[in-house]
Amino acid sequence: MSIDINVPTLGESVSDATIARWIKKAGDAVAADEPIVELETDKVTLEVPSPVAGKLGEIIAAEGETVEVGALLARVEEGAAGAKPAPKQQVPKQEAPKSAPAKAADETPAPVAAAASAPAAIDNSDLSPAVRRLVDEHKLNPANIVATGVGGRLTKADVLAAINKPQAAPAQSVITTVNAPTPPRATPRAVDAAREERVRMSKLRQVIATRLKAAQNSAAMLTTFNEVNMLSLMKLRADYKDAFEAAHEVRLGFMGVFVQAAIQALREFPAVNAEIDGTDIIYKNYYNIGVAVGTPQGLVVPVIKDAGEMSLADTERAISDFGLRARDGKIAPDDMAGGTFTISNGGVYGSMMSTPILNPPQSGILGMHKIEKRAVVIDDQIVIRPMMYLALSYDHRIIDGREAVSFLARIKEMVEDPRRLLMGV
Amino acid sequence: MQNNSFDLIIIGAGPGGYVGAIRASQLGMNVACIEKRSTLGGTCLNVGCIPSKALLNASEHFASAASGTLGKLGISLGSVALDLKQMMQSKSDIVDTLTGGIDFLFKKNKITLLEGSATITGAGSVTIVDGKDKGDYKAGKIMIATGSHPSSLPGITIDEKHIVSSTGALSLETLPKKMVVIGAGYIGLELGTVWARLGAEVEVIEFLPRILPGMDAEIAKKFMTIAKKQGLKFRLSTAVKSAKAGKSGVSLTVTPANGGDEETIKADIALVSVGRHPATDGLGLEKIGVTMTPRGRIAVDARFETSIEDIYAIGDVIDGPMLAHKAEEDAVAAVEMMAGKPGHVDYDLVPGIVYTAPEIATLGKSEEVLTEAGVDFAKGVFPFSANSRARAQGHSDGFVKILACAKTDKVLGVHIIGHEAGTVIHECATAMAFGASAEDIARTCHGHPTLNEAVKEAALAVDGRAIHI
Repeated sequence: MSIDINVPTLGESVSDATIARWIKKAGDAVAADEPIVELETDKVTLEVPSPVAGKLGEIIAAEGETVEVGALLARVEEGAAGAKPAPKQQVPKQEAPKSAPAKAADETPAPVAAAASAPAAIDNSDLSPAVRRLVDEHKLNPANIVATGVGGRLTKADVLAAINKPQAAPAQSVITTVNAPTPPRATPRAVDAAREERVRMSKLRQVIATRLKAAQNSAAMLTTFNEVNMLSLMKLRADYKDAFEAAHEVRLGFMGVFVQAAIQALREFPAVNAEIDGTDIIYKNYYNIGVAVGTPQGLVVPVIKDAGEMSLADTERAISDFGLRARDGKIAPDDMAGGTFTISNGGVYGSMMSTPILNPPQSGILGMHKIEKRAVVIDDQIVIRPMMYLALSYDHRIIDGREAVSFLARIKEMVEDPRRLLMGV
Repeated sequence: MQNNSFDLIIIGAGPGGYVGAIRASQLGMNVACIEKRSTLGGTCLNVGCIPSKALLNASEHFASAASGTLGKLGISLGSVALDLKQMMQSKSDIVDTLTGGIDFLFKKNKITLLEGSATITGAGSVTIVDGKDKGDYKAGKIMIATGSHPSSLPGITIDEKHIVSSTGALSLETLPKKMVVIGAGYIGLELGTVWARLGAEVEVIEFLPRILPGMDAEIAKKFMTIAKKQGLKFRLSTAVKSAKAGKSGVSLTVTPANGGDEETIKADIALVSVGRHPATDGLGLEKIGVTMTPRGRIAVDARFETSIEDIYAIGDVIDGPMLAHKAEEDAVAAVEMMAGKPGHVDYDLVPGIVYTAPEIATLGKSEEVLTEAGVDFAKGVFPFSANSRARAQGHSDGFVKILACAKTDKVLGVHIIGHEAGTVIHECATAMAFGASAEDIARTCHGHPTLNEAVKEAALAVDGRAIHI
């Protein structure tokens, strides 16, 4: 019996690979699980094994060719007795050197990312006839549908439910979730119930809650961290704050610099400023930076439009203005629309480190935190510096680990040496 | 070498008992099974399922030969005579073979067989009060699988000669000229049709206004129409006040169910088939304090354990349909749970089969139950008259009905009346065990020409797109 050897899942966001080397030649004998070909992507090189013992038959794709995930590479003629069909395996042999910094980021998020990336080749033969028909007809990915049938199987009802969910636009790229009905609240003891107070959520809070949940459910959201030495920026501010205020009639804070640094980094890593729409990525050549502000009613994120065209003073002015208006509850919906990236500063509340949540449909959010004097090492000496942890939460569907880490590192660089902002490096 | 101590003692070697014993042995338990009948297999093998199916088969062949059906196929016979003694002998031979088969299974699985009547004297203690294995026995666990007995009505005493239960009806020595069947459930109907085919005049008396209580009404109605054509007579909504056996036969007094004038009916044989009651007498249950249900069955929890620790009960003695296959499921689940594994019986998917001709098979919910529960369902029906195999076999009566959820298409009930219905329905049992939709069944390739194609067509009919009708 002839077994197809296809290109396996290659990893997060990777849809094709190059055939680096055929380990076995057409006609060679192969053992079960023995590697027969080496594939190369810009992240990894991996070997593809034969699932069965036998003879390597026709080689379909030649060395040097680019092949897509799922494409046919070759066929193995099942041979010797005891050939057991092994489960499809991938053996990441080595990582291309240039993706070294990405490696650390890739490894930790891998278990989470695996759930979000394209699943291993779907074995449609496990689907019941009706399910198979529906899935084919509506071009659905069965792995994205919640299964409630016996033994974890998909039932027709499951697929119908997935089809009828309003958010299933191009169903392939959206992870359809069936909102499990929240179980009724357990009845508290009488003595506790007497000490409870039920208050309806404000409209604002309900909306915030829904949007936050929607962000979590659609994006493959991860957070990467870094820390920034604030000494230079604090010195800069100390030196120029009076002059700044006199000239521009607005106080000089740190936020403006972070906004400008973020914009520079966004220019360098456009994916962080982009948005996913179905199967398209929309890259934006403008920078509307949302700045999260806490109000008594909850968090609002007014957007500084075209912050990329603004001077530092104008940025600070805009931030200050939003702060005042937010306090007075005068932020309009228009103020909050159109953002491409968000910065949130939890430091004002004392947060040391956090994982900000994305502001949909944006793909990145920068978290700033409390500045705290910490012992750090500079030139092999332990010194005291005012440090701030930075967090970048990002949508891994379009932003690779490498980009996210590098983006954050650039912000760090520019904030640690603000002269870079002037120089544009 | 008689051992007196076991991991599990099962009282009763009927379908529940013997299957439970074999499963327990497979799971490594040291099992003993106590049976007071001299042959194994319980009611089912000895005086129930098997002899009745043997007689149904034999009588169906007789009717084919005697009624001219074979003549139409080009087989001419002279006059056809009934040798009832031989028919009964062949039935007994079949029963003997099968009860011997259980003996073999017990030996193969090293199950200790103890003969006699048992009493439970306390947790873990069983005493056999008579027979060659009389004595006291100990067991870590005890499982009661003693089955049930035919019930009667006030004013009627079963003598198994003129007024018979199913047991007597399976062994009549002479063909009755007239037989009255009291109770139009599946037992009465099956045995009634046996004797009707052999030449008796059969009248079925039923208290309710319909036959086959609990079954899908449309199916029951269809069967009654067919049975009447076969010569059975029915009196519905009729109560039997008394039945007296005399030298010349049986004299029954009947009235309309809601009251009214009495009437006397005479028959050679009266078959009492009004139901069965659990066989729990003599087990000492009251003495050790086993809790019973209001309807007289043994109360058990989800693990089939009674109110007394380590005493279990399954089958006809507990709630649920009194069916051999249900007892088998109970027993396996109970034993598996005793061995620390999960165990579960899906009582919604226990098929109900009536082995008349045509056969009836039902699975899941009837139309009445769904309507009453307010469930929105779709219905697909396909008659066997449009099924080529049924026609080729000369059995075109009946239909397949599939009920499915209107929203999700999940199959909720399947009801079949027709030739081999009891076999045909099992593809639906497997499908429903996986929560299949009607479309799943419709999109499964069915061999041609088979009776099961009617199931596929009924599934298509749920979606309004049957091909062959």
